Amino acid sequence: MSTGAKKRWSFEKVAPVLFLLPSIIAIGIFVYGFIGWTAYASLSAWNSIVPDFTFVGLKNYIFLFHDFRFQSDLRNTLFFTIFFIGISIVIGLGLAILIDQKIKGETFFRNIFIFPMALSLVVTGVVWQWLLNPSTGVNLILKKLGVVHLPKWFVDTTVIPKIHWGVISFGIPVAILAVVIAAVWQMSGFTMAMYLSSLRAIPDELKEAARIDGATELQIYRKIILPLMWPVTLSTTIILAHISLKIFDLIYTMTGPGAGFVTDVPGVYMFETTFRGNHYAQGTAIAVIMLIFISLIIVPYLVSSSRKEAE
Amino acid sequence: MNKKSKVITAAAVMTSVLALTACGSSTTGNQGAPAGGGANKTADAKKSVEIFSWWTGGGEEEGLKALIQLFKKQNPDVNVINAAVAGGAGTNAQAVLASRMQAGDPPDTFQVHAGAELLDSWVKAGKMQPLNDLYKEAGWTDKFPKSLVDMMSKDGKIYSVAVDIHRGNVLWINKKIFDDNHLKPPTTFDEFFKDADILKAKGITPLALGDKEPWTATMLFEDVLLGELGPQGYDDLTQGKIKWDDPKVKQSLEIFKKMLTYVNSDHAARTWQDASQLVAKGQAAMNVMGDWAKGYFTSDLKLKPNVDFEWTTTPGTGSSFMVISDTFGLPKGIKHPEETKTFLKLLGSVEGQDAFNPLKGSIPARVDADPSKYDVYSKQAMADFKKDALTPSIAHGSAMPQGFVTQMNQAINIFVTQGDVNTAATTLEQDAEQNK
Amino acid sequence: MNRTLIYLILLVFAVIFLTPVYVVLITSVKDVSEITLDQMWKLPKTIEFGGYIEAFKRLEPSFLNSIYLAIPATVLSSLLGSLNGYILAKWRFRGSEVLFPVILFGMFIPYQSILIPLIEFLRIIGLYNTIPGLILVHVIYGIPITTLIFRNYYVSIPDAILESAKIDGSGIFGIYRYIFLPLSISGFVVVGIWQFTSVWNEFLFAVSITTSGNQPIMVALQNLAGSQIVQWNVQMAGAVLAALPTLVVYILLGRYFIRGILAGSVKG
Repeated sequence: MSTGAKKRWSFEKVAPVLFLLPSIIAIGIFVYGFIGWTAYASLSAWNSIVPDFTFVGLKNYIFLFHDFRFQSDLRNTLFFTIFFIGISIVIGLGLAILIDQKIKGETFFRNIFIFPMALSLVVTGVVWQWLLNPSTGVNLILKKLGVVHLPKWFVDTTVIPKIHWGVISFGIPVAILAVVIAAVWQMSGFTMAMYLSSLRAIPDELKEAARIDGATELQIYRKIILPLMWPVTLSTTIILAHISLKIFDLIYTMTGPGAGFVTDVPGVYMFETTFRGNHYAQGTAIAVIMLIFISLIIVPYLVSSSRKEAE
Repeated sequence: MNKKSKVITAAAVMTSVLALTACGSSTTGNQGAPAGGGANKTADAKKSVEIFSWWTGGGEEEGLKALIQLFKKQNPDVNVINAAVAGGAGTNAQAVLASRMQAGDPPDTFQVHAGAELLDSWVKAGKMQPLNDLYKEAGWTDKFPKSLVDMMSKDGKIYSVAVDIHRGNVLWINKKIFDDNHLKPPTTFDEFFKDADILKAKGITPLALGDKEPWTATMLFEDVLLGELGPQGYDDLTQGKIKWDDPKVKQSLEIFKKMLTYVNSDHAARTWQDASQLVAKGQAAMNVMGDWAKGYFTSDLKLKPNVDFEWTTTPGTGSSFMVISDTFGLPKGIKHPEETKTFLKLLGSVEGQDAFNPLKGSIPARVDADPSKYDVYSKQAMADFKKDALTPSIAHGSAMPQGFVTQMNQAINIFVTQGDVNTAATTLEQDAEQNK
Repeated sequence: MNRTLIYLILLVFAVIFLTPVYVVLITSVKDVSEITLDQMWKLPKTIEFGGYIEAFKRLEPSFLNSIYLAIPATVLSSLLGSLNGYILAKWRFRGSEVLFPVILFGMFIPYQSILIPLIEFLRIIGLYNTIPGLILVHVIYGIPITTLIFRNYYVSIPDAILESAKIDGSGIFGIYRYIFLPLSISGFVVVGIWQFTSVWNEFLFAVSITTSGNQPIMVALQNLAGSQIVQWNVQMAGAVLAALPTLVVYILLGRYFIRGILAGSVKG
């Protein structure tokens, strides 16, 4: 009896690990092992078709940080991220609050706002490239409305304001806003769904109690409901930020690097320099930098999530 | 039932799920043409030859198909695999090729531009077999221009067979606009700018450009370089005898910059076809493009040469011929060397070249092809090809290594928007050093 | 807030959101001659399916490739995620709370950071440029998300069920097979839809791991322009064809799709 119990005890300890083992090994190799390999390659001299693992230290990184194209990428990513997240959150929250007013046709509206999520960014890129082409699309409508200075959308090479920074001009690249529009169209349904699910989680009694106390609707939202939205805003922001930092397919299909690299992002640069120019070490260096940026956001988030779980 | 063995079985099941995916389930095999994947393909019993290219549209595809048909007629027992990769003017295909070559899975023969694209990469990496014997056997030693053979040779060994020639230094002109404004095709930069000013004053876009894909702007600039430095100076530059920050290069950048003040404002949103369309539709007067634009004018847009459009060489390049030549070689370690050699022989034959080029809109690489099969533009190009100075194109990878071309595209892209001559020249010089 | 105003704002947004759909649909049924830059918003004079026929002709092989890719990848990664989620939710062991975020991290990495060694690896095992190779990639990189969704799903199943089954003498796998699996139907629907959509829509792996003949639909759509004139009716018809399967799934099972979207966000 005792031996049986003992056997069973030790066995139950091992069994779960056995089940997980294939996945653990797979993730170990394909995520962590490959990241290690990539980091190693980024310190090498492999910048032609023939692999060359001569150690060159941080040479590729130093090159990138002096490079016009990479500096532009950092600028573009920064502004793309800010606008993409900001606009998605505002539109998503606004739509969620409106839909939450117990309206008719709720399912209909919800489905319309979320359907772009089911599309590929490649499809989105193909479609919006045409809608925002300066000589057609949206501009035809603006022309009809009597707009004189038609926007050049993703062909615009202006950067506002032009601040001298490194070898580029720092500021908001106007062209990136065209890509932001497409990305917001695709993703604001997601933020709406996130907000809607947490609005639904707020008990009606809370609102009722406030109404009895004589609070107006506006006050209820400002004082009670919006403060309750912080946690979901945080997690939505983090998810959108990581999408934004690794964005590739949308920009690759819609605009490419753009004139003077006004719409270029690290993901596109990495792809082109690696697979077109055979600069493998440079490509892996870009990938490592992307990974570092994303980790800075994601790792604290994962750690705090799992801490909360433990409690 | 023993629990322990149950668990072990279950764990085994889990592992096999992963293993299964790795082995590839049988449901996904055998569909479509076997494209590559040679590592897990058993040697086919049937004789075959795999031809890798980026000819996937229009006249290019028709030309390739005509070649394949001719080959099948002569070799009915050989199965031809057409492994063409679409997209991006060959850039996608080159990426695919690079990965296959590294994987030790070379296609039997592949499209590669003569010059650096062939010599500084595959030949340098020791992946190609010399074809001198094939040339002797087929009697080709005097059938191709010497300077073209030099673009395919390293240390006296020839590594590929040229199938076509495209010209890169052509200025396409909307004939009606020029006639209406009593203009003659410009031959020098001064004439070009004079004409451009007249057109601009009339509200007509003088020069169409579509640099959504950056190589088009690089092409325009290389034609300026050729016009400014002359064929000898151009060759000196690409061979490193003249530096990229030389005053002559800076002067070329200045001219290029001035040209850019005459282009359509939405150039960055357009492809080369869109730019050609501007000229075709009379929305712009001129356009610099390789002579594949003629194929686009005549077969896609149904325009008539010398009626709807005319052409001349780009300013200052009257006696030069910017060469873009598609060639095919014999990689090492391929599965069907004999069939491939047979195919290469067809490529280099008069019959093969005359089947392919009229459809593609290019001219034959051989000097003894039959001009009667070609249109008025090509006849003229064939005559020029025999007498002009041949210079290899940078933008299409013939004159400089691929790594440099990618970086030059970047530098030109920046220059088009920033217009900083000194920075551009310095960057180009650094890039050239880096890719020596 | 005024009801009419609410409806008005929602309607305006709905129109904006549907504008691209309108343009895609009308362009896809236009004849080439009708597609000029200044006629973009006009309804077609005649409805022509030439664009669809041409797009279908060009995209058919890659459409099939995507089917052969997405379905096995979805099934396999759902199964794997279900087992992993079950263990992580109900069979805690020392280190499992650390292991979970370590696995999850794989969901957020930019795939550029593993792409080059991945290509080398696939070459070595002979699966480069094959659909099975892509399936393997999607199954492995799908582990984090599928595990996460299933784990959150199984956490809500009461421990009491597990305990009583243990007392009955069922083992770890028996409990999964006879108790958890039957309860997982909607979990599988959510994960299945999520994975199918992601795999179908994925581009980076598709474009860098496969070449001609083995390309999934998205790469083919991207290449539709090729080295030729862009025929917008063909392009738009192609976009419709490429988007069709995921849209159909969304229309039929939208509720689960939205659940998948929400489940994919790590809950604090």
